[in-house]
Amino acid sequence: MGWYFKAIGRRRIIEFILLTIFAVFFAGPLLNLVVLAFSGQWTYPDLLPHQWSFKWWRFVFEQDDVAKSIGLSFLIATIVTALSIVLCIPAAYAFARIRFPFKRVFLFSFLLTHAFPKMGLYVSIAVLFYKVGLMNTMLGVVLVHMINVLMFMTWIPTAAFRNIQAAQEESARDVGATPLRVFRSITLPMAMPGIMVASVFTFLNSLDEAQGTFLVGIPDIKTMPIIMYSIISDFPSSAGAVFSIILTAPTIILLVAAQRLISADVMASGFQVK
Amino acid sequence: MSVQLAVRGLTKRYKTGEGVTGINLEVNKGELVTLLGPSGCGKTTVLRGIGGFLEPDAGEILIEGKSVTKLPPEKRPTSMVFQSYNLWPHMSVYDNLAFGLKIRGMPKADIKTAVSDALRLVRLPGAEKKYPTQLSGGQQQRVALARSLLLKPAVLLLDEPFSALDAKLRHEMREELRDIQTQTGLTMVLVTHDQDEALSLSNRIIEMNHGHIEQIAQPQRIYNEPETLYVAQFIGKMNFLEGVVDGERIRVGELSWPNAKRLSGKVKVAVRPEDVGLNASSNHQDGQGQGLPGKIKQIMILGHYAEVSVDMDRHGTLKAFQSKEAIERLRTGESVRVTLASMIAYPND
Repeated sequence: MGWYFKAIGRRRIIEFILLTIFAVFFAGPLLNLVVLAFSGQWTYPDLLPHQWSFKWWRFVFEQDDVAKSIGLSFLIATIVTALSIVLCIPAAYAFARIRFPFKRVFLFSFLLTHAFPKMGLYVSIAVLFYKVGLMNTMLGVVLVHMINVLMFMTWIPTAAFRNIQAAQEESARDVGATPLRVFRSITLPMAMPGIMVASVFTFLNSLDEAQGTFLVGIPDIKTMPIIMYSIISDFPSSAGAVFSIILTAPTIILLVAAQRLISADVMASGFQVK
Repeated sequence: MSVQLAVRGLTKRYKTGEGVTGINLEVNKGELVTLLGPSGCGKTTVLRGIGGFLEPDAGEILIEGKSVTKLPPEKRPTSMVFQSYNLWPHMSVYDNLAFGLKIRGMPKADIKTAVSDALRLVRLPGAEKKYPTQLSGGQQQRVALARSLLLKPAVLLLDEPFSALDAKLRHEMREELRDIQTQTGLTMVLVTHDQDEALSLSNRIIEMNHGHIEQIAQPQRIYNEPETLYVAQFIGKMNFLEGVVDGERIRVGELSWPNAKRLSGKVKVAVRPEDVGLNASSNHQDGQGQGLPGKIKQIMILGHYAEVSVDMDRHGTLKAFQSKEAIERLRTGESVRVTLASMIAYPND
């Protein structure tokens, strides 16, 4: 045994130990979550449940507001993503291509929504929403979600547009494309990976948002994370496990899909303010 | 010969102080004309002005007799090959080439033929399905060239198209461009800072400096008779000596030539290294002989000829190109008599 450890070297052993610790900390809770979701009976010192069952899955799906909240969450996330694309992509193009005064200041101002404690921001928004009657409305919730994603949705596509050389657009003009055609056929497709990444971020962020939704949307607008609060507090932890798997599934699916588009430099260049 | 492209009084000044002023030039149909000059001389500004990528402060651009000055690039009958290829990475080679034709509403079958013809012309047959990132730099530039060629532009503009390629490839591409030009008979305007490229490719060279034109002439003419001191310095290797006007003649030491340009006072005399003759002083019994006295400093053999540096008594160092046979009679450190077969005089400024 000793010769083996000598052969692979100390560095390798340390790497292996670190990797194991990382795997346990990273995958352990997730594994526990899955086991918990499918357990019928599970008592302490046992490593695995006595009884496997779909009981809690049935229970969660039998709750009336669960199915409704899933639909609502996806609807809101879709609206938020679509609206922020419409709003932020032209802005991103302007930041990347057009010179105007105080450009950097404007670009930095998107950071402001992330500079304050979220709760304080939401409370002041709620005060404003009361006055204009946006509390307990879908539009109010959508707006709160959008505040969270404005930065990603502008910065990442700005970087994507900036990475396209002006000369590549010029050569399209040169072969006969009008400015609009150039944007549609050249600029937009070339910036698409960045825009997709930002959109996936936005969608997931909206799906996950709880604080602002809770404050602005209660009592009628109940998205998945809001329902989850009540399920966790009112029922055994297995129900919570089932629900968090439901909540995680779209995240994982979208991230895997996005991974094909995400390259490290797209991510990194999103956070350069030039 | 009909005039294909005319630029009249083109002026464009940038805030940085660079730009061009009062550019006038004409390019005949089927001609390849080179805009030559160092970086910042304004040659690219002229080309971009012709292509429609900048709005001139003043002046007019005519193509086939019609003014295009107010037209955007997509409406002009020009096409540009850029230094950085600028292929669209999200499109296959086929789509890159077909893009312009689709916009023109050409039927699909015709586009297919046009694309494969163009790829054959640039020696990349069958590359339709590849993507730009799968191609080498030289291949990408060929595709970019094909993209412009198949639009059959009235004037093809080339902005330092080969400067990003290595020397060998650059040489090949030059020959190919020349072939393509004779095959297609396209009118071309090429921008380059490489005088070899300009001399080997062009029907005519437009030598530019600091935003104005120094000389427009055929390559041989611009080499043999550079009109200004600047052109004389820029094109090829050149020796410069101090000369004095002496009545009807220009004198350098005991050598003299007729004062054809009617200059006065002190002048600069330019002599090509191939026009410098060297005679070993010992060949003359009295050690005098014809020519200016000098001493051989260095002999560099460069294959079929040699570059000889000669320290002159009063005129700095001269370079002389000598044949292999001539070198055998010369030794480093030897005293020689230098003769100058021909020269061009310029006012001393």
